[in-house]
Amino acid sequence: MMSREFTQYYEQGTSLWQDAWIRLRKNRLAVIGGMLLIIITLLCLLAPVVSPYGYEQQDLVLGAAKPSLHHWLGTDVFGRDLFTRILYGGRISLMVGMIATLVALIIGVTWGAIAGYAGGRIDALMMRFVDIVYALPFMIFVVLLMVVFGRNLLLLFIVIGGVEWLTMARIVRSQVQGLKQLEFIEAAVSLGLSNWNIIRRHLIPNAIGPVIVYTTLTIPSVMLLEAFISFLGLGIQPPQSSWGSLIADGVDTMEEFPWLLIFPGLMLSLSLFALNFLGDGLRDALDVRTSKD
Amino acid sequence: MWRFIGSRLLQAIPVLFVVITLTFFLVRFAPGGPFSSEKSVVPEVKRALEAQYHLDQPLIVQYGSYLNDIAHGNFGPSFKYPGRSVNELIAAGLPATAELGFYALFVSVIVGMAAGIIAALNQNTWRDHVPMAAAMLGICMPAFLLGPLMVLVFGLWLEWLPVSGWGEVPGDKILPSLTLGAAYAAYVARLTRSGMLEVLSQDYIRTARAKGLPEYVVVMKHALRGGVIPVVSFLGPAFAGLLSGSFVVETIFQVPGLGRFFVQAAFNRDYTLILGSTVFFAVLIVVFNLLSDVLAAWLNPRLRNGLSNP
Amino acid sequence: MPLLEVNHLSVSFHTRHGVVKAVNNISFSLEPGQTLGIVGESGSGKSVCCYALLGLLPSPPARIDSGSALFSDTNLLNCSESELRLIRGNKIAMIFQDPMTSLNPFMRIGEQMIEPLMYHRKISHRDARAHAIALLEEVGIRNPTYTIDSYPHEFSGGMRQRVMIAMALIAEPQLLIADEPTTALDVTVQRQILELINELRRKHNLAVIFISHDLGVIADIADQVLVMKAGYKVEQGSVHSLFTNPSDGYTKQLLAAIPRGSKSVPDRSTDSTLLQVQNLTTRFKLYDRGQRNEFIAVDNVGFSLYRGEVLGLVGESGSGKSTLGRSLLNLIPPSSGSIVFDGDQIVGKNSNQMKPWRRRMQMIFQDPYASLNPRMTIYDTLAEPLILHGLASKQSVEMQVLKLMDDVGLARAYIRKYPHEFSGGQRQRIAIGRAIATKPEFVIADEPVSALDVTIQKQILELLLFLVERHNLSMLFISHDLAVVRFLCDRIMVMQHGRIVETAATETMWSSPHHDYTRKLLSSTASPLILNQ
Repeated sequence: MMSREFTQYYEQGTSLWQDAWIRLRKNRLAVIGGMLLIIITLLCLLAPVVSPYGYEQQDLVLGAAKPSLHHWLGTDVFGRDLFTRILYGGRISLMVGMIATLVALIIGVTWGAIAGYAGGRIDALMMRFVDIVYALPFMIFVVLLMVVFGRNLLLLFIVIGGVEWLTMARIVRSQVQGLKQLEFIEAAVSLGLSNWNIIRRHLIPNAIGPVIVYTTLTIPSVMLLEAFISFLGLGIQPPQSSWGSLIADGVDTMEEFPWLLIFPGLMLSLSLFALNFLGDGLRDALDVRTSKD
Repeated sequence: MWRFIGSRLLQAIPVLFVVITLTFFLVRFAPGGPFSSEKSVVPEVKRALEAQYHLDQPLIVQYGSYLNDIAHGNFGPSFKYPGRSVNELIAAGLPATAELGFYALFVSVIVGMAAGIIAALNQNTWRDHVPMAAAMLGICMPAFLLGPLMVLVFGLWLEWLPVSGWGEVPGDKILPSLTLGAAYAAYVARLTRSGMLEVLSQDYIRTARAKGLPEYVVVMKHALRGGVIPVVSFLGPAFAGLLSGSFVVETIFQVPGLGRFFVQAAFNRDYTLILGSTVFFAVLIVVFNLLSDVLAAWLNPRLRNGLSNP
Repeated sequence: MPLLEVNHLSVSFHTRHGVVKAVNNISFSLEPGQTLGIVGESGSGKSVCCYALLGLLPSPPARIDSGSALFSDTNLLNCSESELRLIRGNKIAMIFQDPMTSLNPFMRIGEQMIEPLMYHRKISHRDARAHAIALLEEVGIRNPTYTIDSYPHEFSGGMRQRVMIAMALIAEPQLLIADEPTTALDVTVQRQILELINELRRKHNLAVIFISHDLGVIADIADQVLVMKAGYKVEQGSVHSLFTNPSDGYTKQLLAAIPRGSKSVPDRSTDSTLLQVQNLTTRFKLYDRGQRNEFIAVDNVGFSLYRGEVLGLVGESGSGKSTLGRSLLNLIPPSSGSIVFDGDQIVGKNSNQMKPWRRRMQMIFQDPYASLNPRMTIYDTLAEPLILHGLASKQSVEMQVLKLMDDVGLARAYIRKYPHEFSGGQRQRIAIGRAIATKPEFVIADEPVSALDVTIQKQILELLLFLVERHNLSMLFISHDLAVVRFLCDRIMVMQHGRIVETAATETMWSSPHHDYTRKLLSSTASPLILNQ
């Protein structure tokens, strides 16, 4: 531990994390993306507080009404408030996005880290498996699985997570392999550090940047996949809804009630925008190579 | 080079085998058979139907004979369309899907690469920002949203273009092709841009300039070749994406193609049609992955000569 | 009349972080057939001032603030891009440092070579090709009629640079700008390339601007020398007067930084042996698309090292010297043979069994950028070995880290800073501090100074000498540079193709080398102008 009497003379260094944070804050699009994401998430989480209407509260007399002061984004054919339904749908869409990404993250990082660290034949075998799975026509299987096993949320997480982990495994593996050849890892070995300490102190802190970036970019692609499945009518089922199924409903009636398509679509696109801008910003900010000189 | 193609083909065999096996057992273990929806079916009739489609035999025997049929290019009869074979149905749907896919791929490669090159050559100016903002829009606006919105705007409000059909009225192919191609144009643009930026910062571009070559030669002859390699490698996965995209686009625009057949077959539990089209899609995807890998390797002389270690 | 006359050239870079003056008021002139050497350390602006002449600096951020550059009555700095294009590759050609990245990997060398002819001379493809073949022959490429259709990766580094030179000379320019053309090459190859450039210069009455950080190379090739530092001219004059009678302090410092002479070697006959290596062999298994190949990196090597001795290991790239160093520490497990360290056999020990020995043998690496964990402060980096081996208590760690920093010459105030906040030399000091933290008896230094500027190199070498004496270290010093090894080592081993071809006391080897390869290395290293100073 640092003793007090000297510390005042020490110059404080700037870690790469601090550097990255400073760069990220300078990136206007990424900041807007991040704020937008926080706002959307908060709105969805606080839906019962934000909106006076219930999720299934119908008003058959009113029917489908245009946006007004009472119903900001209008109502659907049953007179349900669209703003409320979008917020509740957002909970599902965001939750699917995050949990399926988490599934992909856990499998992919473990798989890739083991393959990259072990190297040699184990690595070749594990990555060959990834290659083969990668070449499977996944969308078709997703559709098939949802048809065969019925439309349940848990399966959706597993299926989507099962598709997305492959890229994560590849990224982590190439990271670990690259790092393993760097001299500071050799230096750690020659100091006599245990495998676990090398992984914990030297590998993970240096490999985590790309993982963060790719995780951020996986969430929107997972959300797209979920919306795609729900749009086909295979994902989220009524009375639950997600942005994908709201869009599907909106398409059916878009001639008469276009707002039922436009607003859920806008919300989905906005969230995807926010996540992609944030992910791109993180990529630029965390790129270790650019901060070398 | 030939060894490379050979090893890739060998790799494709287990993929196809896994696809066929997985699909076969997935479909067979699905709750609810193909005839369960028709409650009125008399047990005898049902048994006769099952015998006709060999559903009464042990599963492993069915599996064996199915593998054998596929090896001979025969996908068997359809459950839901009596009297028609799966081969006929695929043949009926293929032309529309192939045409749609071709237009979409064409749009995405041409537009995407042009936009990417322009953006890379004008980094951090409006000529960079505008195409890249458009690309981001394309990525964040999936086909099932973009399609209906375009129908709404160009079909219903402005009444410029027909809203559905394929080859029935002039111009009805425009919206489906644009819808399917937009997202891929966006990906291609982003890939081209980053690939070109990477290449343009290489030492050999400086060498080319130091030789006094005109800028268009530097870009088109020296930079483009390395810059498009990521795009070429992306074409394989893009093709797979286009196929699944065709499910949505063909449904929205009522295009009589394979994608719509597949979605309908999935809902109808038409075993043989699901199996047949899945295997067919898988073969197509494997072939396209192979083509794009071979093309990417061919563009890189180090891989082409079979000297893998640089 | 001079071929090129540069007057008061100033170039600045305008970035987000402010304006950097890269070149300040530089003037020089060059006659046909003459070679001007521009020498300086990294960041001296030596390359920038030549790139500015040809408009090859990216603009923005670069901006030419003032000056003129008359090249046969044309002011290059006033030329439009299209006017410059007619001069580039036609009247003024360039070659670059790394011939691997400077040639287009996607094009056959023939295609690339004929481009200047096609665009500047408008001759037919066939004639251009014939011309290229003749020129390849002239620069010493064998079988040019066949090799002209090869890709750059099919050549070795030296051959690639020959191709670059042929490409630069194909349109018969009057001036050749060579930007560190031999820095990426092995010493023996470097010698050949320098001789080739000299020969072509005489034959074609070519003017050459030769940019280098290496005074030894400049002494061999240049007629006039311009010394630059931080964008300013330090000194200018004929090569002879500059090397025999430098007037400026910085030039003297540069000259003094060139390692020369050798240290006095004490008598080791009474010292005990610390390390005894016998029949050491390290093989690599290569998997290439299912085909298994074997590569023998270290081939049946044997030597011994005394306590307190500095043993030099010299060889060119690919000779297996780094693999040997890593095998000694079991970082790359040897395939067979024996390594006895202070009476104990090391070969065959697993990582757990190695731990007690890890404290006693350490390594300093080549690349000070890659050898430090970028996410750890100096404190973390230096405290890690101390805590791991139980050499410091929680209370005393900080004091010990500070003492280590004193030892390697780092200011105490920097203890909380991160590697990216330091220069290359300072980083190498941190890495040295980490290596000596555990008070090892044996240290392997793998090219520890070859990534550093000469003046920094000198400081690090002196630090190593000081530490060796102070802590009675035994050291294996791996290097490609014979002059550096001579400065530091008691004995020298020469390695080629995985084998030790000669071992001798430093001065014995220097004055009477036995093996042909050693002789070749020595003749490539020593520049008479510098050695006879």
